[in-house]
Amino acid sequence: MTADALSHGAGRGTATDVDSLPEDSPFGADTVATAREIIARYPQSRSALLPLLHLVQSVQGYVSQHGIAFCANQLELSTAEVSAVATFYTMYKRKPCGEHLVSVCTNTLCAALGGDAIYDKLRTHLGSEDKPLGHEETSGTPGEQGSITLEHAECLAACDFAPVLQVNYEYYDNQTTESAVDLVDALRRGEKPAPTRGAPLTDFRGVEYQLAAGFDTAAEAVGGPSASAATLRGAQLANERGWTAPAMPDNVDLPPAPEKK
Amino acid sequence: MTEVDKLTPVLTKRWLSPNSWTLRTYEQLEGYTALPKALRGSPEQLVQLVKDSGLRGRGGAGFPAGVKWSFMPPNEDKPHYLVINADEGEPGTCKDIPLMMADPHSLIEGCVIASYAMRAHHCFIYVRGEVPHCIRRLNAAVAEAYQAGYLGKNILGSGFDLELVVHAGAGAYICGEETALLDSLEGRRGQPRLKPPFPAAAGLYAQPTTVNNVETIASVPYIVNAGADWFRTMGSEKSPGPKIYSLSGHVERPGQYEAPLGTTLRELLDLAGGMKDGIPLKFWTPGGSSTPLFTAEHLDVPLDFEGAAEAGSMLGTTALQIFNETVSVPWAVMKWTEFYKHESCGKCTPCREGTYWLTQILQRMVRGEGTETDIDTLLDVCDNVLGRSFCALGDGAVSPITSGIKYFKDEFLALCESNRAKGASQTEPALAGAGS
Repeated sequence: MTADALSHGAGRGTATDVDSLPEDSPFGADTVATAREIIARYPQSRSALLPLLHLVQSVQGYVSQHGIAFCANQLELSTAEVSAVATFYTMYKRKPCGEHLVSVCTNTLCAALGGDAIYDKLRTHLGSEDKPLGHEETSGTPGEQGSITLEHAECLAACDFAPVLQVNYEYYDNQTTESAVDLVDALRRGEKPAPTRGAPLTDFRGVEYQLAAGFDTAAEAVGGPSASAATLRGAQLANERGWTAPAMPDNVDLPPAPEKK
Repeated sequence: MTEVDKLTPVLTKRWLSPNSWTLRTYEQLEGYTALPKALRGSPEQLVQLVKDSGLRGRGGAGFPAGVKWSFMPPNEDKPHYLVINADEGEPGTCKDIPLMMADPHSLIEGCVIASYAMRAHHCFIYVRGEVPHCIRRLNAAVAEAYQAGYLGKNILGSGFDLELVVHAGAGAYICGEETALLDSLEGRRGQPRLKPPFPAAAGLYAQPTTVNNVETIASVPYIVNAGADWFRTMGSEKSPGPKIYSLSGHVERPGQYEAPLGTTLRELLDLAGGMKDGIPLKFWTPGGSSTPLFTAEHLDVPLDFEGAAEAGSMLGTTALQIFNETVSVPWAVMKWTEFYKHESCGKCTPCREGTYWLTQILQRMVRGEGTETDIDTLLDVCDNVLGRSFCALGDGAVSPITSGIKYFKDEFLALCESNRAKGASQTEPALAGAGS
């Protein structure tokens, strides 16, 4: 972090065009254009701050002081206002992340079913017995192929698939310590094993870009497996046994509006 | 009244169809048939319909949806907003993400109908950020809906306009609290607001706003099509309709089971193949970790809003986390407390400080360094957190602790045994953290 960049961002941003970016800014005209598009979605510009933080993270792999200054500049906020938000949310990383972010759910239910063991195993496997990798620490050089940032996560809303982990927030369900080790080894070799549910795996920065700017809505990205066994169990069981909700009657009128008092 | 089947797939029925997330499949399966019917009616009629149906909020609190809608001002001198709470993060809860992945159009159709009923022309779906595939599906569905004329200007020639934006969060459980969600959507730290004013008076951008859960809004098209009486053929008088029960943990076949409200865990376990490997049930949550624990004594409690409350807990999100005899209650309670400590937004002192010290005490006890007085200290701290903060996070945080001690005090006492053996001098410190 240079003093120059800090001083640039210290005040309340006013200009929002690319010319106002500092010379050493890692953000180019394309990022400015994307930021403009995002801002235009909202009735008030500040609502675009969360997406813009995802956007700067997609460029740098973390939210740097440059990234904070960029958001402040685009939204005419102070860097203090942006920092306050960036430090509040778990998904904004303050240190450069690896090519992949591996998040292991260690909330109670996943932990009881093996999540704690998976996390502990990955800590030593990606680090060493003497020096296990810590929360949000990276194995390898951030940004380089095969580098992995490890974190423990809170409930990932996939409890019926416990224990779960995510790579770049795509779901890998019903994990074991062995399957998790195999997965990270494949990632380190530069492979991209398919998620249990979700689109083909990309990388951390790619998903951050999608979270900011919107998603590829092409059929192949949107398709893919989504509803694994657990999701469908109830509906399938009902289907097998011929159970249904009571038949929906046709031509039911809407009730009359209540009379105005 | 005729007997209703044990499972009643309504919201989950379409999930079985190939490419269930596409507009084509949705339209083939009666999708977007409720929308033109709703647009032919008046907003007042729709609010009345949802009131008549008795639909209660599916996000945890169970507030009657039609009553909530009726709080929106009847005029349009200010912009109105509908915000969908899709920030599913309550431990155990895993129903809205699969719903949006498998059948995003049912939520979108519900959004258009609800927006029309509340005179909103801008709707946001606030989804937690950690589910990109779900957001991908939603975005694709929204794009399809715009193209087909179900969103945008003059929807189906009705003159009604609606813009819908899918907004990704950034990892904060507290944003599932509706006013924290609104602050977050405004680009701020997700911290709850003091109520009143309620969102219907001053919500997003201080304008009239309604925040509804995904499952609530996805239920609306079915109610519009089949009527309030049909909806009430399932469930009970005060808790009508079908509900997605999410079974997880030590069961043979965890998953999503949509059944009439009032179904019991005994019935659900039967459908899910019983306890995993036959190891007996020890404790469970009826609706996420913020709802007080139940035990094997509660297998026959009707899981609706009244039944769960009468038995000393809450229905919450019907997230049934099931734990067998191998799991230590104090350990589970410690893990949940660590979660609440991490997720406390820090705005209110009792919750911020309370969850911090509760975690310290529980960690110490689980390490075998606790004393019997720690149990009293835990309960005392809980008493000073419960009901003393802006939002319910602190209330939720104390639920596992107080209910865990209520039903399993012996286990907490047993943790003190090893410490007691070390000698009397070790049993003195009652202050949290003093032993660490």
